[in-house]
Amino acid sequence: MIDTPVLERVLAEALRNGGDFAEVFAEDRSNSSAMLDDGRVEELSSGRERGAGIRVVTGETTGFAHTADLSERGLLRAAEAASAVARSGGGSRPADVGHLSGSAAPGDRGDRRAPTTGTKSEALELLQRADEAARASGDAISQVQAGFGSSRRRVLIANSDGLLAGDEQSRTRFSVSCVALADTGMQTGYQTAARTLGFELFDEVSVEELARTAAAQALAKLSARPAPSGELPVVLAGGSGGILFHEACGHGLEADHILKDASVYAGKVGQLVASPLVTLVDDGTVGSEWGTFQIDDEGRPAQRNVLIEDGVLTDYLWDYLRARKEGRVSSGNGRRQSYRDLPMVRMTNTFLLPGEDDADEIVAQTPRGVYVAKLGGGQVNTATGDFVFGTTMAYLIEDGKITEPLRDANLIGNGPEILKRIDAVGTDFSMTPGTCGKDGQSVPVGCGQATMRLTGVTIGGTAE
Amino acid sequence: MSIATERTEGATEDLLALAERVAGWADAGEEVEVYVARGTETEVRAYDGEVESLTSATSAGIGIRVVVDHRLGFAWAGSLDESVLGETLAEARDNARFATADEHVQLAVPDGREAVPVDLWDEGLAAIPTARKVELALALEALARGADPRIRQVDAADYGDVASESALVSTTGIRSSSRKTSGYLSVGVIAGEGESSQTGGGYSVGRGFDGLDPARACDDAVTRAVRLLGATKGPSGRSTIVFDRRMATTLLSIVSSALSGEAVAKGRSFFAGRIGEQVGHPGLTLVDDPTDHRAYGAAAYDAEGLACRRNVLIDSGVLQGFLYDTVSGSRAGVASTGSAVRGGFAGTPGPGCRALTLAPGPEGYDEDGVLSAVGEGLFVQSMTGVHSGVNPISGDFSVGAEGLMIRDGKLAEPVREITVASTLQRMLLSLVAVGADVEWLPSIAAGQTLAIGDMQISGA
Repeated sequence: MIDTPVLERVLAEALRNGGDFAEVFAEDRSNSSAMLDDGRVEELSSGRERGAGIRVVTGETTGFAHTADLSERGLLRAAEAASAVARSGGGSRPADVGHLSGSAAPGDRGDRRAPTTGTKSEALELLQRADEAARASGDAISQVQAGFGSSRRRVLIANSDGLLAGDEQSRTRFSVSCVALADTGMQTGYQTAARTLGFELFDEVSVEELARTAAAQALAKLSARPAPSGELPVVLAGGSGGILFHEACGHGLEADHILKDASVYAGKVGQLVASPLVTLVDDGTVGSEWGTFQIDDEGRPAQRNVLIEDGVLTDYLWDYLRARKEGRVSSGNGRRQSYRDLPMVRMTNTFLLPGEDDADEIVAQTPRGVYVAKLGGGQVNTATGDFVFGTTMAYLIEDGKITEPLRDANLIGNGPEILKRIDAVGTDFSMTPGTCGKDGQSVPVGCGQATMRLTGVTIGGTAE
Repeated sequence: MSIATERTEGATEDLLALAERVAGWADAGEEVEVYVARGTETEVRAYDGEVESLTSATSAGIGIRVVVDHRLGFAWAGSLDESVLGETLAEARDNARFATADEHVQLAVPDGREAVPVDLWDEGLAAIPTARKVELALALEALARGADPRIRQVDAADYGDVASESALVSTTGIRSSSRKTSGYLSVGVIAGEGESSQTGGGYSVGRGFDGLDPARACDDAVTRAVRLLGATKGPSGRSTIVFDRRMATTLLSIVSSALSGEAVAKGRSFFAGRIGEQVGHPGLTLVDDPTDHRAYGAAAYDAEGLACRRNVLIDSGVLQGFLYDTVSGSRAGVASTGSAVRGGFAGTPGPGCRALTLAPGPEGYDEDGVLSAVGEGLFVQSMTGVHSGVNPISGDFSVGAEGLMIRDGKLAEPVREITVASTLQRMLLSLVAVGADVEWLPSIAAGQTLAIGDMQISGA
């Protein structure tokens, strides 16, 4: 994307007025998407963007500028803008820029099928198959929307420590949302598959199955009763229940919150923060999961980080800047939405390791409670630990059996308290993809767990 | 070509010329719409007496829609380089080949409606040196840190400004341009007392640098955090909920998605088929009026280049109509209501609100007035999980909430870790009071204190 001598000159320009660290992050991304709605392929969209973000760190201050102009002139201008902070005070000593070593070529991961005109018609066929499968699931299915999206992103990172690294990331997703209509009103179902893969995602994923699952949720909820209000035991099915950990503690373990003392988990390494059944891992290397990559957006290889082991907090998640403050190395969690954004500490694939309980037994041993088959999302305040997560498919548990479906509701809890209330973890592990938003930036992440039980959570329904 | 879309403003002339040139590359038999945009932004984050980060950036891009034989294709690029313009048009054209032919798919044509001019450009912003922006961010941070002995952290204190210009030209006769500046201060604080920690955020927004008020942003954040100290999990039960102005904008934004003509046409709105029916309390009148220059979302032209206009959606509780762009309007057999919105050059237009307000209640209440009228209930100052617990299709509504109990018409003890729930349909009918304290917050809806009865609180 950019020749090495140019990168060296741009880094030198970035540090010409002083500074401790400079970095060039260049990105070339193409997106394509197709949407089928109301029985019609309504829109095919293609997008392309490329540019570079340049940052200069001087003491505690980061200067950042970005440009869509990847010529040497454009890059030098951005470097000058990014270094304005250093110029206006702070460092005065022009820093040395070492020679770049490493390779900007992406690692070899075999052939990836890029989206081309050929795949456009294949994508349309998939959308139509999903639409048919959803509509065939029941007469009450009144509307179907199916979406295909793929992106290919080449990144190149060079910094004044001499690092030069590159990667190519392909991601593909497919989603189906259904509306079911009856005298009781409208209900919705949603299912998505998303992997760090090219078009070969569809060798692994059946769009008909996604469509039928989404349709089944909407249909089941037509007869749903209002969710209960108040505290009850909750069994979370394997997969999307991982959102609980993403919200209840994942965000609170990001070192930017920790270093600002804006997390309830600050200062708690070595302490018991969760049930001993909890071993929580963040791992950017897992197969082709949605939060997987070769290198993070600071050029650091993805790695496996154990955050909580047998209930004891072992470490936080780190990016370059926060690790540098603590005199350690990044844990490979520096990510950004695009070249227009500064990197931040972000999760990758965050999951609870499976336990030893049988999933069916967990339900059978719950006399009364709520069974959450699917969670839709959540939100946390890291400073207080209070978080919510919303159900999109839930049922009552009565006498140890899954019975009536429930309408959508949020569940609310406090992270450190909830983590101690986990009293059973199953063996049926699975992962689910999601989009994580933080400070205005969205990145793809994975969440996972096996079926597990919480002894009590407040359920925000309307039934007294 | 319409008279309404002739009005242009100096600086965007080159963008208009560019859009016109690209639209001129249309082949016979195809309709082409070219949207080009350009922006500059500055963002300063202060932390602990220093600049944590300073971002300065410019960006530009193009989005092209091509319609051939009632098939739509779209492509965009994050650059206005000569080399990408033709590629983007070719890609949009190629995409159109794959779409389903649909008689309603078409580009907007001028409708003769004259645009109401709104001045959204602060000429002075460009001349403000970066050093003054940095000073303001540092001043905001210092102010928040010293505002109250219980403030133990200011985790973000930001200054930001944006200047953006855009132009839209189509082969169907549309030619419009707009430009807009905005500035903001925003601050997040953590208050602590004993074991209790609580957070609060505040902001001040304006069209530019002048008028941004650090004291206002700071007071808002500090008040919100400090008054929650000592909060406990509130009690479960049925209650009247008073939503503060900021939360009310969120509620209106949610309701607005069910008023989209596209959602209605596709059977994704609980308002479908209910025009003329009583869908809300008789005290509920809801209007979208982007021609009100005070509104944050004010605009002269919509995202298809038609004049924005005032649309009455609900009058005295009776559903009046929906918001349409050209395609959704055609589907419903009506004209566009000038309500197309788009999320920048990478998105396609669709119908949406820009400037919703509720008609204030006859009593002319401010926040205190609403609290005193309600007497007993819960005052909500923050909500979480709006994206995960509100379903605008089924109407199910369940959100995490923080706030204070209302006793004897006044704010009392703080509560946290509770949810409030109902359905959107029931909430519209259970309106208790609408404040006259209209504040144009950075949203598609105005803020005004709202009281809604018969909601379920889940807590201890």
